Formats: sequence, structure tokens, C-alpha cells
Amino acid sequence: MKVATKAYGVVEVDERQKIQFPLGLLGFEQLKDYVLLDAEQHPFYWLQSIDVERVAFILVNPFLFRPDYELDIADQELQDIGISDPKNALVFAIVTIPADGSPMTANLQGPLVINKDAHVGKQMILMDGRWKTKHDIVAELAAARKAPC
Amino acid sequence: MLILSRKINEKIMIGEDISVSVIEIRGDQVKLGVEAPRTVKVFRQEVFDAIRAENKAAAESVPVLPALQLLNNSKTKT
Repeated sequence: MKVATKAYGVVEVDERQKIQFPLGLLGFEQLKDYVLLDAEQHPFYWLQSIDVERVAFILVNPFLFRPDYELDIADQELQDIGISDPKNALVFAIVTIPADGSPMTANLQGPLVINKDAHVGKQMILMDGRWKTKHDIVAELAAARKAPC
Repeated sequence: MLILSRKINEKIMIGEDISVSVIEIRGDQVKLGVEAPRTVKVFRQEVFDAIRAENKAAAESVPVLPALQLLNNSKTKT
């Protein structure tokens, strides 16, 4: 299938890259169908709306810069997207790269959890006060590198 | 919207297993106690607003991705 993307123009995308968010993302509730694309720059991904070309989110694996990241999610919420075994979950943080040059941040309070078998996802909201909507990725990566593993 | 008047220590019930009680009133601030099953998520409205605002900001990101020097021991698998 062909998808018009914000980053790469029209690209050919495999059906297996489709991910459905039945509830949408907060503020984008009407958009439910996305594709997950590798970004040209590792370790980022694009979550591209199939329906609206200009709606695309940059994603990153949050554990790469916060090895201590934890998600406390009720079983019920995981079951909403058909996950009974956490091993079937993929976790991504949405990245913001501001136009004014201020640091790139990741949202660890509202991660995306995806059932990798069913290709269904949901934006979770974490109650743990450690996780905010803006984590400076580069700074926290530097801190993680210094900390003993 | 249903509007109910309550005094301190009085409750309202939402369904059979969620209660909201007025714990304290001080000036323009009201302290509420919420008892609900663990599966019911209770948030301040601001949490939703913050995540909604962050999603909007993220969607406006500059689509130029920087290089990241990752930890040696991390591997991504998706």
C-alpha cells in the first residue's frame, strides 16, 4: 500500500507495518490508523497517520536513554489492546523536536504501548511522578552512560 | 451536568464502587478523596491536558532527526 508521509513523501508500506490505535492519541482522537516506519536515523521511528499526511510522530525506545524506565499499567489496560503477556508489548516514547532549537525531548508520561502481534496500540497515562511529558533525551542519555549499569 | 451539594465528609457514589468524598475546604481549594478500584484511573485534568499539548507539540516537530550516541550495551529490537 502507498502512504503519503510527512518525512519521506509517498512511500510503499507493507501491511504488516500498520498499527491501529482504536482510541487515537490524545488530541488526535479521530485518527486511528497509522504505519510504523524506520526513520533514516537510528534509533528513531516514525508513526505516520495513514489518513493525514502532516500528522506524524517521531518515536524512540525509551529504555535506550532511561534504562530505569518503568511502566506500571493495569492488566485491564493491556487487555484493552489484547496483551495478556507483557512480552508481546512494544513500548515507545513520542519525541518532540522543537523548531526553536531547544533540546529534543521524549514524553515518558504518555508512552505508546503496542501489541506487536495484533498491531494494536494505545497511549497510556502513567501515574508515577517520575515520568514527565518532557525528558531531555541527550542529557538523560549522558547521565545513563555515567551511571553504573 | 449533574450538580450536587456536599458538606465536609459527605460522599457521592459513582456506580457501586467509586466514591468521591469532600475531605477539606480551604478558601478556593477543595480536597477530595477518591476511592476506586485499581482498574479505574483517576487523574487531574491537567495530566490529560499536558499529554494532549505534548502530542500536539510532537506533531509539529522539525522532521530532522539528530544522531544519538547510544549506550554500547543497548540494542533496539522491534
